Amino acid sequence: MTHSPQTPGVVAERLQAPALADNFSDLHPPLDAHEAHVAADRCYFCHDAPCMEACPTDIDIPLFIRQIMTGTPEAAAKTILEQNILGGMCARVCPTETLCEEVCVREVAEGEPVQIGRLQRYATDTLMRANVHPFKRAEPTGKRVAVVGAGPAGLSAAHRLAMHGHDVVIYEAKPKPGGLNEYGIATYKTVDDFAAREVDWLMQIGGITMELGKALGSDITLDGLAADFDAVFLGIGLGNTNALGIEGEELGGVVDAVKFIADLRQTDDLTKLPVGRNVVVIGGGMTAIDAAVQSKLLGAENVTLVYRRSQDKMPASEYEQHLAQSKGVHIMSGVAPVSLIGEGHVAAIELAYTDENAKPTGETFTLPADQVFKAIGQVFDEVAGLDTDGRKIKVTGAGRTSRAGVWAGGDCTAGEDLTVVAVSEGRDAAEDIHASLMG
Amino acid sequence: MADLTTDFVGIKSPNPFWLASAPPTDKEYNVRRAFEAGWGGVVWKTLGEEGPPVVNVSGPRYGAIWGADRRLLGLNNIELITDRPLQTNLDEIKRVKADYPDRAVVVSLMVPLDEDAWRKILDRVGETGADGVELNFGCPHGMAERGMGSAVGQVPEYVGQITQWVKKHSDLPCIVKLTPNITDIRQPALAAKQGGADAVSMINTINSITSVNLDAMCPEPMIDGLGTHGGYCGPAVKPIAMNMVAEVARWEKTAGIPISAIGGISTWRDAAEFMALGAGNAQVCTAAMTYGFRIVKEMCSGMSQWMDEKGYTKTSDFIGMATPRVTDWQHLNLDYVTKAEIDQDLCISCGRCFAACEDTSHQAIAMSEDRTFTVKDDECVACNLCVNVCPVEGCITMRRLEPGETDLRTGMTIPAEDDKRTWLEHPNNPMGDPLTCISRGQ
Ligand SMILES: Cc1cc2nc3c(=O)[nH]c(=O)nc-3n(C[C@H](O)[C@H](O)[C@H](O)COP(=O)(O)OP(=O)(O)OC[C@H]3O[C@@H](n4cnc5c(N)ncnc54)[C@H](O)[C@@H]3O)c2cc1C
Ligand SMILES: Cc1cc2nc3c(=O)[nH]c(=O)nc-3n(C[C@H](O)[C@H](O)[C@H](O)COP(=O)(O)O)c2cc1C
Ligand code: SF4
Ligand code: SF4
Ligand code: SF4
Repeated sequence: MTHSPQTPGVVAERLQAPALADNFSDLHPPLDAHEAHVAADRCYFCHDAPCMEACPTDIDIPLFIRQIMTGTPEAAAKTILEQNILGGMCARVCPTETLCEEVCVREVAEGEPVQIGRLQRYATDTLMRANVHPFKRAEPTGKRVAVVGAGPAGLSAAHRLAMHGHDVVIYEAKPKPGGLNEYGIATYKTVDDFAAREVDWLMQIGGITMELGKALGSDITLDGLAADFDAVFLGIGLGNTNALGIEGEELGGVVDAVKFIADLRQTDDLTKLPVGRNVVVIGGGMTAIDAAVQSKLLGAENVTLVYRRSQDKMPASEYEQHLAQSKGVHIMSGVAPVSLIGEGHVAAIELAYTDENAKPTGETFTLPADQVFKAIGQVFDEVAGLDTDGRKIKVTGAGRTSRAGVWAGGDCTAGEDLTVVAVSEGRDAAEDIHASLMG
Repeated sequence: MADLTTDFVGIKSPNPFWLASAPPTDKEYNVRRAFEAGWGGVVWKTLGEEGPPVVNVSGPRYGAIWGADRRLLGLNNIELITDRPLQTNLDEIKRVKADYPDRAVVVSLMVPLDEDAWRKILDRVGETGADGVELNFGCPHGMAERGMGSAVGQVPEYVGQITQWVKKHSDLPCIVKLTPNITDIRQPALAAKQGGADAVSMINTINSITSVNLDAMCPEPMIDGLGTHGGYCGPAVKPIAMNMVAEVARWEKTAGIPISAIGGISTWRDAAEFMALGAGNAQVCTAAMTYGFRIVKEMCSGMSQWMDEKGYTKTSDFIGMATPRVTDWQHLNLDYVTKAEIDQDLCISCGRCFAACEDTSHQAIAMSEDRTFTVKDDECVACNLCVNVCPVEGCITMRRLEPGETDLRTGMTIPAEDDKRTWLEHPNNPMGDPLTCISRGQ
């Protein structure tokens, strides 16, 4: 039974398969060889390049772009992957507009940066298409390291540790590896099952055993790991989401945005995924944007993103905001949810205007809503026996926790919650583990 | 992984990329940074006689040619040899070489045409531990006016004479650096060889004026209202340098003499091309001056990737591989016939091929009402101009006619592969031997 964007309620197949396929295709199609050449030619090969400084994994950007320009994208890929083993994913998901491309001298001077992200993708795609893994394991050290969580942080740590010759076992609670690369990132940023393909490619280094469906806290314990392994790295991300704490939160149709996105990422048939006619997304970060955009792409008639502060304070970048608006998402800033209204299932949301301190002014209004996505931040599940800094696992130096022999990195520790930051922290912790095991 | 180590006239370096004698190798500070960045060797900025050093202009010494996005394509300079005291340079060379024993350190020299002057400086260089000397017979400005540099390089007898002196007074490998400002590069190369040179290097810079300031009515760079010709280098000179390397590599009298290639080398590919033509290594100046020392990383990674792809394990595997394929025009196969072909899926209908062919070539491209461009096989002479002006790479290609096919332009039937006709066998050649001339009946 087919529906339209105007069909009331929460239903599947508001759009037909071809339209959905088109909507969820690559946001930025890959550059072809000629385009890559032209894009690479714009790079000035800056001295002490600001772009490189802005990259959390310190990729030698001018060098890899020059390697593309001189016809060796494979060498370029190696330059990238030496610093960032998930360089392929980062090329797709990094908010380059707030990282490398924001400070590119040509962005600053002309408002038109070198397309670093797309060039990075061109290089890494070329290498991965050839199914080349350019790194070799060092001689086995006989040391064993446990990595908990197969997200960007865990994968990055595991690869670096394996490369140094250690034996690594990854324990991952979910049935698939990849963390939010697999379950969270917007579909149109990582098409064609790229997350899974990248993990397979990464595993070619050897020396890594993946134990899926094994959760720390239930199947395994930190004490057990500490006893069985020479070191432990935790890259467990953020397991929970914040609650709104308002009336009606328990109503049907009020869903965690992260959960909605995970379902979206895992479905093999987008026509089967139900979405509301009137969708309201609460939050102002990347998750809120992704939930809003993807609801719209699934065929919701009206999608409103409500954010309690002014729009310039939104954590999502201006680029992401424009993307959402260009897809037809209505962004309302300066409004906060007051209550959710409905009989068993949500039917409307009551919102209040806020002042500059995000405090309700008293003036309220309601919007029809048959689906409400909560995207007001993820929180971390405590791990027994480790100090926290209040919000996350407390670390010093390159991810050392309060417990000797246990490191942590990625979203479960302080620092910006970005894929590339997780990769960098995983890598640096691995180097620190290596140094302390061999020292 | 491919082994980039090279042995050039007994001088070993971890890769074939050396910095040419010029500002990048002017002093210890630069050279240490260059070695840290990964350069395989340096030819130290040219040293002159003991005594008060030369004086450079203190106004601009460079002129340039750029692409539209200000990519530097050609550079011209009026800099002289080192303007620092001889002893300072020698002390620095000694220190650097001691700290980097695995890198090549060659010292460039230029002193007057006098045996004693050469003997004296060679004695001093010998004490530094340097790996070799390069004789600068190329500098085309300033020093040439004083009877050195290209003033020497343009007279083969002088080249031979000085080389002999150098070989007599020093055991170090001797590389003779040639000037391109000469009609036939092979003559000074031969003179160097006969004088006992271990190798030649080429090219030094080319006499040039890069631009004229039309307000001041003066060539650039302007020094207080006057200009002078400078030496041209950078990507623009690469084709000229490659021909000179090939000429020396293939002439029977000079063939076999090791060649160090210089001139417009900016990427691993440029270096590989020179080496395929017969050069044993590659020297770089302008590219380093434009982008800094870090480009050597791309040169090393690019060359080793390419070597791996081709199955070359060491540089000597491919050095000189293209030399036998450089020949004289008269040996080209005149029965080799190709026709341009336009890939309609790639064509963006700009019409550049049409304009080029219609206005300036052979009127061999047809344009339809709906802007479809097609090649007329009965007019196409296969000149390749359309291929080169088409903005879309790979859109126009050349298809070779198979034996038995008819060339619609000439009516000739393409002969079998082994049945070739060069100018020497062509009936139109008035100098040809009538007994060997082959007619195809066009
Ligand atoms: C919807 C959404 C969109 C995003 N979009 C972007 C984007 O476009 N660009 C960007 O840079 N960043 C984006 N992010 C942020 C980015 O995904 C994260 O910063 C990154 O994935 C963090 O990596 P991680 O390895 O620390 O954690 P995760 O990716 O969360 O991985 C943690 C892994 O640990 C496992 N795990 C958790 N607890 C246990 C346990 N007890 N035992 C065993 N395993 C456990 C989890 O199952 C998971 O596989 C987005 C985040 C979300 C939620
Ligand atoms: C500023 C400048 C100074 C140079 N000085 C010397 C020199 O002292 N001795 C020398 O042999 N060549 C000198 N050269 C020539 C270079 O070594 C080299 O032969 C030439 O620049 C061509 O190489 P390129 O195209 O890589 O620059 C100089 C070149 C430049 C640009
Ligand atoms: S800042 Fe921009 S131009 Fe400069 S090196 Fe980086 S990408 Fe290239
Ligand atoms: S490059 Fe350096 S020395 Fe030369 S003019 Fe500019 S600032 Fe002066
Ligand atoms: S120049 Fe190339 S793209 Fe332009 S019309 Fe001719 S074939 Fe087509």
